[in-house]
Amino acid sequence: MTDLSAPHQPASDVRASYLAQIQRRRLYSGITLLVFVLLMVSGFNTAAARNGGGFWDGIGNFFDYPSELVLEAVSKIDQLPGHFLTYLPALIETVNIAAVATLIGALFAVILSLLATRGLAKYPRLIGVIRRFMDILRAVPDIVIALVLIFILGGGPVPAMIAIALHTVGALGKLFSEVNENADLKPIEGLSSVGANWSQRMLLGVVPQVAPNWLSYALLRFEINIRASAILGFVGAGGLGYELRNAISWGQGRYDEAAAMFLLLFITIVIVDQLSGHYRERLTHGASAKGAVA
Amino acid sequence: MSMVADTADLRAQTARLFRRKRRAALAVPVVILVYLIYAVFAFDIPGLVQRASGDNARALMADTYSYKTHVTRDNRDASVSVSIEGERKGRYAEGTAPEWVALGETTVIDLGEGHIVTFGPETITYDIPGYGLIRATPTTTQGVVQEFPFETLPDWINSSRNRLAITTEAGRLSVTRNRSEVFRYFTGWELFFFTLDSPYHGLSVGQVASKAMSGQAGAIWSDFWNNTMWRHADVAWAIFETILMAFLGTMGAALVALPLAFLAARNFTPIATVRFAFRRFFDFVRGVDGLIWTIILTRAFGLGPLTGALAILITDTGSFGKMFSEALENVDEKQIEGLKSTGAKPLQRYRFGVIPQITPILLSQVLYFLESNTRSATVIGAITGGGIGLLLTQAIITQKDWEEVTYYIILVVVMVVAMDTISGWLRRKLIKGGDGGY
Repeated sequence: MTDLSAPHQPASDVRASYLAQIQRRRLYSGITLLVFVLLMVSGFNTAAARNGGGFWDGIGNFFDYPSELVLEAVSKIDQLPGHFLTYLPALIETVNIAAVATLIGALFAVILSLLATRGLAKYPRLIGVIRRFMDILRAVPDIVIALVLIFILGGGPVPAMIAIALHTVGALGKLFSEVNENADLKPIEGLSSVGANWSQRMLLGVVPQVAPNWLSYALLRFEINIRASAILGFVGAGGLGYELRNAISWGQGRYDEAAAMFLLLFITIVIVDQLSGHYRERLTHGASAKGAVA
Repeated sequence: MSMVADTADLRAQTARLFRRKRRAALAVPVVILVYLIYAVFAFDIPGLVQRASGDNARALMADTYSYKTHVTRDNRDASVSVSIEGERKGRYAEGTAPEWVALGETTVIDLGEGHIVTFGPETITYDIPGYGLIRATPTTTQGVVQEFPFETLPDWINSSRNRLAITTEAGRLSVTRNRSEVFRYFTGWELFFFTLDSPYHGLSVGQVASKAMSGQAGAIWSDFWNNTMWRHADVAWAIFETILMAFLGTMGAALVALPLAFLAARNFTPIATVRFAFRRFFDFVRGVDGLIWTIILTRAFGLGPLTGALAILITDTGSFGKMFSEALENVDEKQIEGLKSTGAKPLQRYRFGVIPQITPILLSQVLYFLESNTRSATVIGAITGGGIGLLLTQAIITQKDWEEVTYYIILVVVMVVAMDTISGWLRRKLIKGGDGGY
């Protein structure tokens, strides 16, 4: 807005104040940048000091392990298909853990998200409680739940599955309820006018509107869960991660098996990413092009 | 005529569509159900139910909110010691004991509700109200000689030639040839603030506050901060280390990914081969899972927080590269053209024409990743040995420090929720401040 009380301000004044403003802004961004750089450098040094090996010593060795791995795998390339077959069951277990966890997690997330959305909730008073509950499920790292459950249930895929499923409930519940908030309420009103109960209203009025977006988020979660399932295997929950740890901690001589498992994991992740990307594209096509970044 | 035919056609079509939809609506739940049934057997759930340890679950639950104090008599030299959780760090000094243990030639231990255990010079007795007096005498030749008030033993008494174990609601007594031990359970987290060797142990909040007023605040803080049981200083450092790993990894990844993203964006890199190469590079880095990077990095850099930070950095470089290049492709060309018309060089065009447009999007994505990486840093720390993840796994591996596990879990939840709140607040501010951009 132009200041009407001073319509004839000299141009030089405007210029001076503009330059001063620019200068101040430069100073502020300079200070922010300086603080950021200082934080990065000091943080880096702190982390490097606490590390087993230094950064500058290690950077030279970065390719040692991968190259040893590749060399050994190449020299025993005839055994690679055999290794693939040996570790296929472990891979299937890893994928199963992720798939079952995503399925069960998504089912509970659907129910909780409907209960936590304003306008749809059956018990509006519980919205806050359910949301906090989902926040906590999201906040607890799955590795913690998995390790505690391994103590109670013994090693195997089930602790990892439960741990990932719990995390999935929290993560998907939040995303689902954001989707639900955009649902059109008119079909629900129509259904309630003909006497539909809550579950009928949700099933017939809400689900058809939001199911494509739910599916899209669930597929994305499945991608994430495969990675999580591999990591949890590494701490003793079965599957490919567990075999990988055994192969690695043997140290010498099993690089070819480790390489086979790295390849299996890599290929699986790429395939699942591509497939789910393709289907997500199709699901959200036409619907508002949401950046499905989660 | 044709109208009628069309209508009939349409009708048949619709009927077909409905049939297909109905079949799909039925098939999907059936497929899911079949898959879940398959999973029950693939995961060996019937076997798991048998293997699951109810005792472990009970011990875990009890330990998260209560603790036990051990009173131990060495039966060979009749010496008695009292310690919390049986740990050396929690042992009472020689000749001291809590008020429910009366040390002497005959040590009398009051377990509450009338339950009295005595450690005599020769014989151990346990007086259980409503049941009677049990006597046990450890000997070197005949095992543990035991006398009970009744012939038949209830199931809470476990007796054999060399061992006697009694579990009641007040506590637990076990006698073997070499050792007699009594556990008494209390609610709470023992020694959370001060250990037994601290002069402030057992004082009320008011007493500690008044001592703090009279100039002992420093000593009080140091006793609390260096508590050997709960290691508050180490825990605080571990939390900091975890956040540091997330911060270094996320920011480093953003710094690496930004210039590379220009090379993968259609409107900044006309050469299709270069673009394709960088896109596949991002896909490769993302596809090689964080777990694999962690293993490779651990070999090169050893265990520690830096390795964790680098693992986050490499994995996120792929994700950021992809997202940044997509953001760059959506940039408005007009501003760049305007700058070009004033004679700006390419670097200046990028700095003043492109960066201001994408900053709000980039920052909000970086903040989002920072928050989710705080959680990942906990998990990666458990593998590479850094931060709160390491403390957590260490505490879980002991299989008895569940109160510490609970404490760490609460701290992790608080940490993640705090990061969530801070980054959400910053994101909202940035997006609002950034020309209402995105």
